[in-house]
Amino acid sequence: MTKPLVAIRSVSKNFGEFQALKSVSLDVWPGEVMCLIGASGSGKTTLLRCINQLAIIDSGGIWLDGELLGVREQNGRLHRLGEREIGRQRLKTGMVFQRFNLFPHKTALENIIEGPLQVQGRKADEVRAEALELLRRVGLSAKADSYPAQLSGGQQQRVAIARALAMKPMLMLFDEPTSALDPELVGEVLAVMKELAKSGMTMMVVTHELGFAREVADRVVYMDQGAIVEQGRASEVLGAPREERTKAFLSAVI
Amino acid sequence: MKPAPALAGGFPDLSGMRIAREPHWLRWIGAALIVLVLAAIVRAFANGQIEWSYVSRFITAKVILEGIVNTMVMAVLAMALGIFLGIVVAIMRLSPNPVLKTVAGGYTWLFRGTPLILQLLLWFNLALVFPTIGIPGLWSARAVDVMTPFLAALLGLGINQGAYTSEVMRAGMLSVDIGQYEAAQAIGMGRLRALRRIILPQAMRVVIPPLGNEFIGMVKATSLASVIQYPEVLHNAENIYYANSRVIELLIVAGLWYLLVVSILTPLQMLLERRFARGTLRVAR
Repeated sequence: MTKPLVAIRSVSKNFGEFQALKSVSLDVWPGEVMCLIGASGSGKTTLLRCINQLAIIDSGGIWLDGELLGVREQNGRLHRLGEREIGRQRLKTGMVFQRFNLFPHKTALENIIEGPLQVQGRKADEVRAEALELLRRVGLSAKADSYPAQLSGGQQQRVAIARALAMKPMLMLFDEPTSALDPELVGEVLAVMKELAKSGMTMMVVTHELGFAREVADRVVYMDQGAIVEQGRASEVLGAPREERTKAFLSAVI
Repeated sequence: MKPAPALAGGFPDLSGMRIAREPHWLRWIGAALIVLVLAAIVRAFANGQIEWSYVSRFITAKVILEGIVNTMVMAVLAMALGIFLGIVVAIMRLSPNPVLKTVAGGYTWLFRGTPLILQLLLWFNLALVFPTIGIPGLWSARAVDVMTPFLAALLGLGINQGAYTSEVMRAGMLSVDIGQYEAAQAIGMGRLRALRRIILPQAMRVVIPPLGNEFIGMVKATSLASVIQYPEVLHNAENIYYANSRVIELLIVAGLWYLLVVSILTPLQMLLERRFARGTLRVAR
C-alpha cells in the first residue's frame, strides 16, 4: 500500500491571540492535485507555509515523504532542526508565491538556475540546459535573458513556477498563484499548472479559481476559521456541498 | 430639442500657433546680481594679501602630492573597513540572536556617541593604557611601535565609519521585500547565503547614494588624522606653512585638492549606481 506524501497530524498554529490553524489533520497522496479553498483568514495559506516551514507550527507534526519536518524526536522530546537540515527538507517542496517573488536583479534564466547552482551545487552546463527546457515548458524560451521588470505578471509567475521546478521537488505548493494577476493573464498561468498536473506532479493549490479546481483537482478541501470543514472530490464539494458553511462560501464566491 | 451639430461653432482655430517664450526678467536680474557678487569676491581675493604664485607653486609640490595620495589611501582603506564592519554589524543587528543584536547595538552606540577626533586621539595614545600588546605566549610588541599614525587613523576612522555604515546597510536590507527572503528560503538557502546572493545585491542599489555621501565625508574626515601626525594633505600643508608662514595660500592648496577629489568621485558613484540598478526598468530599457 502506498503511503501519503504529506501527512499532517493535529497541526496548530497561532499568531499571537489568533488561531490560524486548529488541530488540522490531512493526507496528500503521491500524484494528487489538491485545491484548498476558503475565505481569507481561513488558514489555507498558513497550512501551505507550514509545509515548507516558512511558518513554524506550534504543535502537531507534518511528515513529508516519511520524514518529520522541522524537528527531531529524541528521548521523548522534540528538538528543532538546524538551518541546514531545514534547508535540505525544503528542497523537497517547490513554492509558488502570490506575488511571484522573483529576484529582480537576476534574469529569468538566472532566477531558475540560482537554486540548483548555489544550493544544490550542480554542474552549470547541465543546470542551464534544464533551465532552458523548463522555460520552453512554460512557454517563455524567448524571455531567458529578460529581467522580471520586463515581464508581465503572468510571465513572471510562469518563471516562478519554472524556478520552483528546477529544484526537482516532490511536491509543488501554490499560494494563490493567480490572485495578483490581471484577469487576462490568469489563463496562461493556469494552463502551465494544468500541464504540470497532467505530468503527475503532486500539487497543493490554494486558490479562488473554482473553475480550475473543478477541472483539475482530484480533491477539494474547504477550510474555515483554521479548520477543515469539508473535503472530497471536486464535483462533490463544489457541486453538492454537505456543510452549511461550504454552501454559504460557494454561494458568496460564485 | 434639435440634434446637436457635430461640432459647435464659436471657437477660434488655434492649430499652427506657437507658445510664446516668456522673457523671464527676474531670472536675468538675479543672474546679473550673482555675477556681480562673485566678481566682487574674486576681486577682493585678487587684491587681498594672498600670494597666488605660492598657490600655483605648492599645488604640485611633492609633499602636497604625497599628502593627497596618503589622504586617498586612508579614505579608501578606512571606508573599506567601515563598509565591512557596517555589513557585519547590520547583519548582527537583524539577527534573531539576542547576544549578537545587543553587541551590535552597543558598538553603534559607543562609536556614534563620541567625537571622531577623540577616538583618533584614544587610538593614537593606546600605549598609555597598554604599554605592550600581543597574544600571551605567542607574540608581543611595544604599543608605541605598533600604533603608528597610519594604524591609529585607520582604526579610528574605519571603526567610527562602521557604526554609521551599519545603519545605512540595515536600512538597505530592510528596504528589500520580505518576499525575497521567503523566495530564497523556499529554494533551500540559509540565512547567510540568502543575504549574500539575494538581499545584499538588492540593498546595494538603495545604499549606494548614502554610501557615496559617507565616502565624501570620509575623504574630508581624514584631515582630522592630522592631529595624530598622519601625513595626509592638510597635515603636510600645515607643515609647510609652519615653515614659510603662507597660511592661507597652503590652505587654499589643500582645499583645491579636496574639491578635485570630490568632483572625481561623483561620476564614479553614478557608474556604481548603474551597475547595481540591473533589472530595474530605468536601465533595462
